[in-house]
Amino acid sequence: MTLIDKPSAAIPAPREITTKPRVSDKIFRGVVTAGGLFSLVVLGLILIYLTYQGYDVLKSQGISFITGSAWNVVSDESGNIDYAATDFGLAAMLIGTILCALIAVVIAVPISVLGALYLTFYAPAALRKIMVSIIDLMAAFPSVLFGIWGFFVLMPSAEYWAKLLNKYLGFIPFFEMQVPVFTRSPFVAGVVLAIMIIPIVTSISREIFGQTPLDRIQAAYALGATRWAMIKAVVIPYGRSGVVGGAMLGLGRAMGETVAVYTVLNIVYQINWQVLLGAGGNVASMILLKFGEAGEGEIKALMAAGLVLFILTLVVNSIADLIVKSTGAKGR
Amino acid sequence: MSTTVAIPKPGKPWTATPKQRSITAGIYLAAALVSFLLVAVTPMKGKLAYFTLFFFASIIIDFAASYMQRGMASAKDAIARGFVTVGITFAVLPIFSILFEVIKRGYKGLGLGLFTNDMSLNSVNDPLGNGGLLHAIVGTFVMVLIALIVAMPIGILTAIYLTEIKGKFAVPIKFLVQAMSGVPSIVAGLFILSAYVYPITGSLSGFAGSLALMILMIPTIARTSEEVLLLIPSDLREAGVALGGTQWRTVALVVVPAAKSGLVTALILGIARVAGETAPLVLLTGGGESLNFNAFDGPMGSLPIYIWKCFGQGTEESIARAWSGILVLLVIVLALFTLARFLSERKETR
Amino acid sequence: MDKTATKPSSLSDVAAAHKKSPGGQSLGVGLEARGVHAWFSGKHVLDGISLDFWSGTVTALIGPSGCGKSTFIRTLNRMHEFIPGAQMAGEVLLDGKDIYESGTDVTKIRLKVGMVFQKPNPFPSMTIAENVLSGLKLAELKVANKDELLEDCLERAGLWSEVKDRLNAHGGSLSGGQQQRLCIARSLAVKPQVLLMDEPCSALDPGSTLRIEETISQLSSSMTIIIVTHNMQQAARVSDYTAFFLSDGGPGSMIEVGPTSEIFSRPRDQRTENYVTGRFG
Repeated sequence: MTLIDKPSAAIPAPREITTKPRVSDKIFRGVVTAGGLFSLVVLGLILIYLTYQGYDVLKSQGISFITGSAWNVVSDESGNIDYAATDFGLAAMLIGTILCALIAVVIAVPISVLGALYLTFYAPAALRKIMVSIIDLMAAFPSVLFGIWGFFVLMPSAEYWAKLLNKYLGFIPFFEMQVPVFTRSPFVAGVVLAIMIIPIVTSISREIFGQTPLDRIQAAYALGATRWAMIKAVVIPYGRSGVVGGAMLGLGRAMGETVAVYTVLNIVYQINWQVLLGAGGNVASMILLKFGEAGEGEIKALMAAGLVLFILTLVVNSIADLIVKSTGAKGR
Repeated sequence: MSTTVAIPKPGKPWTATPKQRSITAGIYLAAALVSFLLVAVTPMKGKLAYFTLFFFASIIIDFAASYMQRGMASAKDAIARGFVTVGITFAVLPIFSILFEVIKRGYKGLGLGLFTNDMSLNSVNDPLGNGGLLHAIVGTFVMVLIALIVAMPIGILTAIYLTEIKGKFAVPIKFLVQAMSGVPSIVAGLFILSAYVYPITGSLSGFAGSLALMILMIPTIARTSEEVLLLIPSDLREAGVALGGTQWRTVALVVVPAAKSGLVTALILGIARVAGETAPLVLLTGGGESLNFNAFDGPMGSLPIYIWKCFGQGTEESIARAWSGILVLLVIVLALFTLARFLSERKETR
Repeated sequence: MDKTATKPSSLSDVAAAHKKSPGGQSLGVGLEARGVHAWFSGKHVLDGISLDFWSGTVTALIGPSGCGKSTFIRTLNRMHEFIPGAQMAGEVLLDGKDIYESGTDVTKIRLKVGMVFQKPNPFPSMTIAENVLSGLKLAELKVANKDELLEDCLERAGLWSEVKDRLNAHGGSLSGGQQQRLCIARSLAVKPQVLLMDEPCSALDPGSTLRIEETISQLSSSMTIIIVTHNMQQAARVSDYTAFFLSDGGPGSMIEVGPTSEIFSRPRDQRTENYVTGRFG
């Protein structure tokens, strides 16, 4: 039996494989790529146009656009705006935006996470399907519905809880009241926003929990863990960052919400930290409010306000997106 | 190999026995009793008090029972079980209240006239039965349709780029689609105002509204389409290419038809997403009262605007109209959603 | 114990004749399976398995893939019930008590009947030390001297010398073989009576495999070990008793059981002989 000769040549370099692309495929790629880049174009245009429109205002107001909290339009006899005397300050509304959104997140995230855990690990199969459908359906409800329902149905009950909070927890600065006006407060807006974002955060959390690697779950159970012990040891470490990302997405949504907040929040132009008090506002609903009667100059200011809101939500959503992605990548 | 030992019936000895179920029932009963007692003897009152007490009482009793029977690990498990149940209850409860209230307050305004008249001859403060929603429904329909005409190809092309071509822009595009879905609706309205209405037409129109809706629709369609296309097994694509198909033929004639019902679902979800958008339409469409099929000429009504205006008037009649409008809108959204669900389930069974 | 001629004799008959223990005394039956059937959504996958596992022994379950060996051992620690649509019948006795009896605390059963999986699965969010002691934390067990237990378990798993200086490193930073030994150490920490091993070496290189086999031999003096393996040579090396499983397209059943040396040299059933001589499988 002859032995095979050992190859004495060196290992060759891999060949480069190429295909000549057909014209039709080139066109196809071009069209599809153009479609895909459309989002980039739109986002860029939004940035450009809003900046362009709001430029005069931003230039004359400077940093006080964000830090000032007065909004007084001063115009001369012919209706032209006197930029020097006018104040456009978003601070009160920005704080209101963040405050309402934070309240929403504080209420919504625990409910959503617990609900997602229930759906993934506790619910019997038939019930799970129904409840997932219900929650997905709620994510599709129009915001004007939440606003009007919030105003007529939720606010009376919310008033009751607000009074309770003020009575028992009034020593905390947030829950103090100067004037006992309980309706149309950031608190109520926060509750309505919470109900709006619960479906989104629950969905995201549910997906993440569902992706927990099965072998770790089995390892925990094989060691004699109860369901909760397993969740604490395996599911939560795995899904922690993803849930944070989901919460931030909810935050972003709550910050940009317009009509739901508009109906249940009394827009008052001063910084208000007392969440139970019926005063405050958020940037989006302020824009809606002022738009009806705004003259040209004020509209520019509203455009600038829109720009600020746009950048704010963009930043929050981008961070959230990165965090959610990193769960899958790291796998821990 | 035959055996003379009979095969027993399959069973699930780990499921709860009647005895265990009655113990659980007993725990809840005891908790209810405790909460009633506490409400009777303390100054707490109202539904809130009952539910909170019931919740805490049932968790404490469950904890104690589990601890005595099985130890701390089981007791902690009992607490967790209580909390997650409450969590899902709160997550799901609002929908019942919402549906109940919408139906209760909205059905009064329903009637055939609602769907055949518009509001050009009436004011929203008129008694119910005068005027109708026709202009609003038509307006919404027209604007959404126009938005769909552009959003559909862009959304699907974006999804195709992400799943089929996976070029060097894939990561930025995915990120951008996500960013676009976070754009507040009022910002979209302001943008169209500044980019289209002011410089180009100078007047409000239904078309302007469509442009804003487009921006809000595209991310939903793109994301859902992407998910659907990813579900198509790659064997299908390989088969197409192996038969000598070019990439575009494979995608157009093999992949897309296979994903057809899923893509339709994506479109339906996109429609549902924007059907209820209010803020941009307030800025852009002028909210007309009369029937207007022409999106380029004159103000156009829409369901969300109609609801918004009615609410703004504040009279008893107008608020009743607002609720009816909400009811109609809700039925439309529900119908779309159910249709989307139905299509995607049918696809799974195929 | 009388069964029809086509059913294999129970292991206890065999064990009665071949007692294994120092000093010739029987250590008693650790785990007994009696007529265990299993179904998945109505599909019959295990047909009446009756096997006794004696303390201080290693029993290998061999047979071609798909004949229910893994399903069977999952009925022994009540992991079978996690699969949707799972059903079973029969009894599994641990210390004489049926683990499927209603009202049994299943977490306690799993403390006594541990499991090592085919793919090593240490908890990546925990350090090596935390991994080993995780069973205690999960079951809320208190132990007097954690460090002593930690060293003891790692020592018995054959891993102590390699990791004693980096107990705070992450569980995922070890090689495949080391991770599997970590999983073994983790199972040992809760002091099980029985250790189930589902093809523990099939994902590992030969060097790690040999080390784990040594570990198995050492562990068997203090507990009952049941190991599912596709590798017949491994079964021959490591086990005292071997059971051969087979399915003819229907539910899997146990064809023959006996001391390992006999199964491999003088099997009584023709099918066993065909399998161990490599005519199929």
